Amino acid sequence: MSDSTGSPDSIDPHEPVINAILTVGPLFKRWAMALVAVVVWAIIAWTWQLYHGLGATHLGRPIYWGLYITNFVFFIGVSHAGTLISAILRIVQAEWRRPITRMAEVITVLVLFFGVGNVLLDLGRPDRALNVVLHPHLRSPLLWDVGSISVYLTASSVYLFIPLIPDIARMRDVTTGWRHRLYARLALGWTGTPKQWHRLERAIGVMAILVIPIAVSVHTVVSWVFAMTIQPMWHSTIFGPYFVVGAIFSGIAAIITAMVIVRKVYGLERYLTEEHFNNLGLLLLVMACLWFYFTFAEYLTTWYGHEPRELAVFNSKISGPFAKFFWTMFACCFVVPFTILANPHTRTIKGTLVASIFVNIGMWLERFTIVVPSLSNPRAPVQTFGYWPSWVEWSLMAGCFAAFALLYMGFTKLFPIISLWELEPMPEAHAPAAARTFQPAEASS
Amino acid sequence: MSRWGLVIDLDRCTGCQACVVACKHENNLPFSTPETADVGRLMTWIQLVAADLPGRPMPSSLPLMCQQCDRPPCTDVCPTSATYLNPEGIVAQIYPRCIGCRYCTNACPYAVKIFNWTEPEWPESMAGMRNPDVSARPKGVVEKCTFCHHRLIAARERARVAGRELAPEDYVPACVQICPAEAMTFGDLSDPHSDVAALASGPRAFRWMEELGTQPKVVYLREGE
Repeated sequence: MSDSTGSPDSIDPHEPVINAILTVGPLFKRWAMALVAVVVWAIIAWTWQLYHGLGATHLGRPIYWGLYITNFVFFIGVSHAGTLISAILRIVQAEWRRPITRMAEVITVLVLFFGVGNVLLDLGRPDRALNVVLHPHLRSPLLWDVGSISVYLTASSVYLFIPLIPDIARMRDVTTGWRHRLYARLALGWTGTPKQWHRLERAIGVMAILVIPIAVSVHTVVSWVFAMTIQPMWHSTIFGPYFVVGAIFSGIAAIITAMVIVRKVYGLERYLTEEHFNNLGLLLLVMACLWFYFTFAEYLTTWYGHEPRELAVFNSKISGPFAKFFWTMFACCFVVPFTILANPHTRTIKGTLVASIFVNIGMWLERFTIVVPSLSNPRAPVQTFGYWPSWVEWSLMAGCFAAFALLYMGFTKLFPIISLWELEPMPEAHAPAAARTFQPAEASS
Repeated sequence: MSRWGLVIDLDRCTGCQACVVACKHENNLPFSTPETADVGRLMTWIQLVAADLPGRPMPSSLPLMCQQCDRPPCTDVCPTSATYLNPEGIVAQIYPRCIGCRYCTNACPYAVKIFNWTEPEWPESMAGMRNPDVSARPKGVVEKCTFCHHRLIAARERARVAGRELAPEDYVPACVQICPAEAMTFGDLSDPHSDVAALASGPRAFRWMEELGTQPKVVYLREGE
């Protein structure tokens, strides 16, 4: 294998990836400081809310849920990026997935913490959160959520960690000091014997299959939190699959966005090629069409059925106070991505990035227009009001996004963001199937 | 076992809201202003709403409190069993267990469960005037009408001390007691001879939104018949 820079053989062919871990540039520091400032501000806002109670939000009767629950559903949705995409592509042996799986899996694990975190932010008594374990009520969909998200977090963490082991061992062998000690501990004694490779392959194979039903169940159960009530436009049988489709949709968009940033910042053009963005762009296009299909089916049924309470919510979205959010969502989730991605000339790296950013905004708006309009139009004729989040709610949302970005950046400074061993030919004669190589672009040219 | 129920005669109700005031005072609910009501922070367990009822040309003024459903949508969804249907049919709320997730408030089609957004406050002049029988609710928990359950506990104690059975007049919620138009009747629905059972099975009786399968134990009597 020839190296692009033409340097001596002793230099690691994956130097750009290794370098990204071991060096911290000025750009990284500036971004990290800005993000830390946002997180600190969010912590101040959170302290304010803990002291004043949820009165610090602009929630009220009957709009008891707002920005936090929107973010909860959004983050859990984005978490479907990694695990599901990576697992499905692994099982169907789509070998082009090799350089992108880890990037995706990290999103899953990190973003789940913020999904769970937003529920905790939304609790009136976060100090009593453990009551769901001490006094569990099995009929509550919220408890089903606690169960499915815990399983999902565990499974996706394991699914992220297992394929990391050979790369951690590689880092262990090239580092000294605290890094060496950390990697040595995490590598679990990996030396790359045929027996270890065999076990690794089996573990990845099992986990890849296991995480798929778990991931599907997670967003289905999230949707059931709404669908199990009898509130207008929440009580829908289509919600389970509709939420799963939306989750995969926003997940792919999140992967593409992360890929473009990582590729640019760390100069990984060799690893993340036009082909990857084209393939993911096509996947995103398919999901945009599926999303349109589900949305159309959901809204047409409600409109045709003409049930007055359902129609009140429907009208508030189509032409009422939530119309601006609804139609922006529609443009962001379907019109823009479909136009860009259906055309091979615009399905470029830049094109897929623009489409992905629109999809992420659109899917956030979709969660908002599911949570708030139904609550704003209750069955009982009690006084309602126009909900707009308070500075505390906006600050905590900004803090969540900033903390996610920080943790993601931190991960790239600790572990290879590209799964290196999966890109290399196996040293052993009996290399397992999971380790069949996909060479980076230049090496194959 | 008793099944407590309430009948409200809409023909007799004058909309004077004495029940609203009595309930607030009895159950230690903090004051609310029109401003707090405008941002959804009204603290009340009973209020008058304008409800569209079948056969009426105009919305009717309906005293609305927890309907004490026999199939309550709110208790099913509570992740900690902090709200539950007690054996006598009252939908109860355990304040020290409630985590404040507000799932029950969203599941209730009547929107009658109230959340404590802030720590309750009373003016200085109200010091020492709160009802000692009703526990204070901290910020961050959900509360609701309990049919003045503390009155049932006290009445049962008094009857036990006097060595007799609980009589119908022993236990009456504050709203029923205060109603100057005598529009409200309270009692045991499982006792076929009680006034409340007779009225609840009369031709004018209806249960609001009963088509949702909630099986309320608050029964309204139609007006204009």
